[in-house]
Amino acid sequence: MFRNQYDTDITTYSPQGRVHQIEYAMEAVKQGSAVVGLRSATHVVLATLKRSSSELASNQRKLFEIDSHVGIAIAGLTADARVLTRFMRAECHNHQYVYETPMPLSRLVLAVADKSQVATQRASKRPFGVGLLVAGYDTTGAHLYQTCPSGNYFEYEAFAIGARSQSAKTYLEKHFESFAALSLEELCRHAILALQETVASSKDTELTTRNTALAFVGRDTPWTMVEDDSVEEYLLVLDAEDELEEGDADAARQQTQQPPAAMDES
Amino acid sequence: MKIGGGHVRGGGGAADGPVKVTQTPYVVGSSVLGVKCIDGVVISSDTLASYGSMAKFRKISRIHKVSDACVIGAGGEFSDFQEIKKTMDGVMIEQFCMDDGYVLTPSAIHQYLVRVMYGRRNKMDPLWNQVVMAGFHDGKATLGMVDQVGSNFESEVIATGYGLYMGLPLLRNAYRPDITVAEAKKLLEDIMRVLFYRDARTSNSIQIAAVTKDGVEISEFYDLETKWDYQRFVDGARSGDVSTW
Repeated sequence: MFRNQYDTDITTYSPQGRVHQIEYAMEAVKQGSAVVGLRSATHVVLATLKRSSSELASNQRKLFEIDSHVGIAIAGLTADARVLTRFMRAECHNHQYVYETPMPLSRLVLAVADKSQVATQRASKRPFGVGLLVAGYDTTGAHLYQTCPSGNYFEYEAFAIGARSQSAKTYLEKHFESFAALSLEELCRHAILALQETVASSKDTELTTRNTALAFVGRDTPWTMVEDDSVEEYLLVLDAEDELEEGDADAARQQTQQPPAAMDES
Repeated sequence: MKIGGGHVRGGGGAADGPVKVTQTPYVVGSSVLGVKCIDGVVISSDTLASYGSMAKFRKISRIHKVSDACVIGAGGEFSDFQEIKKTMDGVMIEQFCMDDGYVLTPSAIHQYLVRVMYGRRNKMDPLWNQVVMAGFHDGKATLGMVDQVGSNFESEVIATGYGLYMGLPLLRNAYRPDITVAEAKKLLEDIMRVLFYRDARTSNSIQIAAVTKDGVEISEFYDLETKWDYQRFVDGARSGDVSTW
């Protein structure tokens, strides 16, 4: 998009009926590194790619627990994400205190959306520059939501936001119809494979325990984050996939009916 | 130091001086009793609001339906109960307006009321009630109570007021985990009768509410049959036994 004379203020519409500042805020989300989310009937998994500003720096955390039944992955301005995280935690705890029951996902996400909308309609504010993937489990089952600087929110079977997320979305679109019945382990496998799609052409040439983190939550499964060395076992699916691909290539080369042993063992 | 308020209201006018709040109840309902059953939950109360020793309002309901799965009954200051009814109706309307199909469970309703009661107690301006909450959700009965200071708990049998002293022992004796709603209604009637005989602030006009998988059912007011021709009661002290009084 290009600059125009209607994009200076959040309180100015363009003649086409657009508020450009909101769209620019959504650009900030696209600048963040990718996060991927997907759900089955009973669980939700979030996988994130953690960037680091230099070799010396740690990799920026993108997964945050909100309550034992809810967590988020962020893409965009991390400081704005912290504000929303604090808000969501307060909402959840207050709900638990008043009603002695975990906060329903839909209401939590609605509260975030309403708060985000306020920032799009005040001259003294700017929109939150962060998109969230909200993963949680409540009395109505497993849910995955996306929130937006615009104040909109959507529910998804699977989604990805951030840089090169379209590649991940393409992978998810191919496979999502099978997700509902999958086990947690298989869901994690798809999450890693989808996340891998987003690094294919960037300077992070592969997913490592340093730049990858995932989390899951669901029925009888409180929010659990997997970081650093613990990620290693989840990344093994990538090796298995590589063998599969090599196996395919071999088969094509050899033009044999017998597939190599590697394919049987995935 | 006087209970309640404490701060001086600024701005003059007819009511200068400390803010005054509920110090003592005036128009009161007496006991509420409840029993958890295998197929639901039943609560009972009489239909009397007393003004001291005067039986002032003889046919009023002390039971209120909060949701399709939950009722509350209250003893204590009747006007505060009316306030509680308004508050809970307001909460349920707010929930409805959220328009997302999510319904507060009886436990959630109970906890909300606990927060209200405890909050008021902390402001030294209590709602002077003992509230019994009865609900049925997900195939299970819930029965709890909360009082004017926010003390709360859930139990298989609940009683407030004089019912606590005279009724609860009888309830505990008769309670079985597989008691049915029909049996519980009969049991509560018997205990309400005892309370009418022995509690000077309980009438024989009662109301019973049951919550089951089919929803909430609050009965009409009806009078309990009472027996006044026990020989020793008729003979009384003339038979030489003063203890029959």
